[in-house]
Amino acid sequence: MSLLAPLSALAANDTLRIVALGSVGLGLAGGVLGTFAVLRRQSLLGDAVSHAALPGIVLAFMLSGTKASLVLVLGAAAAGWLASLSVLAITRHTRIKDDTALGVILSVFFGFGLVLLTYLQKKPDAAKAGLDRFLFGQAAAMLHGDVAVIVAVGGLAIALLVIFWKELKLLAFDPDYAACLGYPVRMLDVLLTSLIVAAIVIGLQAVGVVLMSALLVAPAAAARQWTDRLAVMAVLAGLFGAASGMLGAIISSTTERLPAGPSIVLCASAVVAVSLLAAPHRGIIWQWVRHWRHQRRLGLEALLCDLLELATHHGDPEHGHSLSALAAMSGGRAGLQRRLRELRARGLVRMVGAARWTLTAAGRIEAARIAASHHGNRHDREPRP
Amino acid sequence: MTTPSRVIPALQVEDLTVAYRDKPVLWDVDISVPPGVLMAVVGPNGAGKTTLIKACLGLVRPAAGRVLIHGRPVDDQRRQIAYVPQRGSVDWDFPTTVLDVVTMGRYGALGWFRRPGAAERERARQCLEMVGMLGFERRQISQLSGGQQQRVFLARALVQEADIFFMDEPFQGVDATTERAIVALLQNLRAGGRTVICVHHDLQTVPEYFDWVSLVNVRLVASGPVKEVFTPALLRTTYGGRLPFLSQRAAPEAPSP
Repeated sequence: MSLLAPLSALAANDTLRIVALGSVGLGLAGGVLGTFAVLRRQSLLGDAVSHAALPGIVLAFMLSGTKASLVLVLGAAAAGWLASLSVLAITRHTRIKDDTALGVILSVFFGFGLVLLTYLQKKPDAAKAGLDRFLFGQAAAMLHGDVAVIVAVGGLAIALLVIFWKELKLLAFDPDYAACLGYPVRMLDVLLTSLIVAAIVIGLQAVGVVLMSALLVAPAAAARQWTDRLAVMAVLAGLFGAASGMLGAIISSTTERLPAGPSIVLCASAVVAVSLLAAPHRGIIWQWVRHWRHQRRLGLEALLCDLLELATHHGDPEHGHSLSALAAMSGGRAGLQRRLRELRARGLVRMVGAARWTLTAAGRIEAARIAASHHGNRHDREPRP
Repeated sequence: MTTPSRVIPALQVEDLTVAYRDKPVLWDVDISVPPGVLMAVVGPNGAGKTTLIKACLGLVRPAAGRVLIHGRPVDDQRRQIAYVPQRGSVDWDFPTTVLDVVTMGRYGALGWFRRPGAAERERARQCLEMVGMLGFERRQISQLSGGQQQRVFLARALVQEADIFFMDEPFQGVDATTERAIVALLQNLRAGGRTVICVHHDLQTVPEYFDWVSLVNVRLVASGPVKEVFTPALLRTTYGGRLPFLSQRAAPEAPSP
C-alpha cells in the first residue's frame, strides 16, 4: 500500500484526523513507557495486563450501562492493576516463577473476560454493545471523547515519567542501589507499573487487548537498536509508536473489515524488522559487514605472512612462489587469486613469471610488522612462566 | 564486651537473623566494627556474606535483630553509607554512559526531582580519575571490561562521599593491576577515617589488604583484628576443615606425610 493514500485521506477527512490524533497519542505513550517495560524485562507484564483488562471492560459496562470511554478505561485499569498485583503476590508468596505467574494470570483473566463477553452478547438488550471490538481494536470508532481520554491519560503518564525521570531510571538500572540511597523502591515500582498500565489501557479500544502489548514492546525494542542513551531511546520509541499507531489506524479506518490492532502492530513490526537489520552497531547487517571485513583483513594478513615465511626460507626475495605452494600453506585455494590481486593493487605483492608471486619491498615491511604484532599479542595472552 | 561509652562503633550488628523462607541464612550474628578499619567478610559459599551486607544496608528484612550505623538505624543514616554491589547484579547493556552511572551516586544527596547538574558531573569526573577511569566518561557501559565495570561501581560509591562503604566482592573478575589499585584506594579511604567492609574471597590476601576480619558461616565464627582472628584454627571452624591452600601456608603444625 502506498504511504500517500492514507495521508491524503487524512487531509480530506475530519473523522480520520480524530482517529489519527488518538492513535498518535496511544502510540506515543506506549512507546515511551514501553522503554522502561523492556529495559526492566517486563515485556510479558504488558501482555498480562492488556489481556487481563478485558473482564474489567465488560464488568464496567455491565455495572454502569454506559460505553463512555473513561468508564471503560477505568474498568480496564482496575482489572489490569489487579492482575499485575496478583502476579507480584504469586511470585512473592509461592515458589512459582514470574513467567508462570504471568501466564496463569493472563489466561485466567482473559478467559473470564471472554466468558463475560459471550454472556453479554447473548442477552438481547445488550447485543449492540459492540464490546467485542476490544478484542482486536477498532480505530474507526474513536470519538472526540475517546481521544480526549487518550491525550489526558497518556499525557499525564508521560508527564509523571518526566517528573520522576531520575528516580525511575535508577530503579530500572539498579533497584538495590536505589534502595540503598534511601529511595522507596517499592513505591517507585508501583508508580512505574501504574504508568505502564495507564499506557496500555488507553490503547485497548483502538488496538485491542490481544495485541496491545506489542505496541508497548515493539517500538522500544526497535529504538534500543539505534541508540545507547536512555532519553534518546524513550523519545525514539515514542516516535516509532506514534508513527505505527497513526499509520496503522488510518490504514484500518480507510480499509473495510480490517481491524486496527493487527494493522498497527504490523506497522510497528516493520519498524522492528528494519531496526534489527539496519541499525548501526547493533543491526544484523552491520554485524555481517564487520565480520566479513574482519575475515577479509585476516585473510590478507595471513597471506602476507605466508609469503614472508616462504621468502625467508628461500633466501631470495626475487623468487616467485606458486599458487599451489601458497594454497598448501593457507589450507586451500578459495579466494587466493582474489586476495593476491587485492594485495597487488595495494603494491604489497607482485607477480614474477607465470602465476608466481612474491612480496614487494613495501610488502616485506608490512608483513614483518604484522608478524611482530601477532607475535606480541601471543606473548600478552600467554606469559611465559 | 568493653566499655560501650568510649567509641560509637561505625557498624553494630546485634542478634541478626535472616531467613529465606524457612531456611536461616544468617543466625544470631553480632558484629561490632570500630570506625576507620578495613574489614574483610570471609566465609565459604552460601555462608550468608552477601546477605549480611544486604541486611546491613536494609535491603533484606531481618527475621530478628537490628543494625546500627554510628549508633542509629540504617534508614536515618542513608547519606553515611555507600554500596558497591556485585558486578553481575545489573544489566550492563542498559543504555547509559559511564559518567551517568557514576553520577547516580549523587542522587541520594540530590533528593527528589532535582536533576544532576555540572557540579555533580564534575564530582563524578573526579571520582573516575581516582579509580583511573578518566577518559571513559562517554563510553557506553556495555563496552567496559569486567575490571572497568568494577571501577565504575567503585567511583559511584566514592561520589556518595559516605562514611561507611559496603562492598560485595570488589575484586571479582579484576586483574592484578586493578586489584592493587583498588586496594590502595581502600587503604586511602581508611587513612581518611572511613570504614570499609568488603566481602572477600581470596584468603591469602586477607592479612595483606585488611586489618579487621569477620569469619562467617551462617553463624559468626569470630570478628576482630586480623592478627587475633585470622588463625588457622578459626578458619578451619569457618570452612569446616576444608582449607586446601591455606593449610600449607598458614598452618605449619599440620602433619606432613
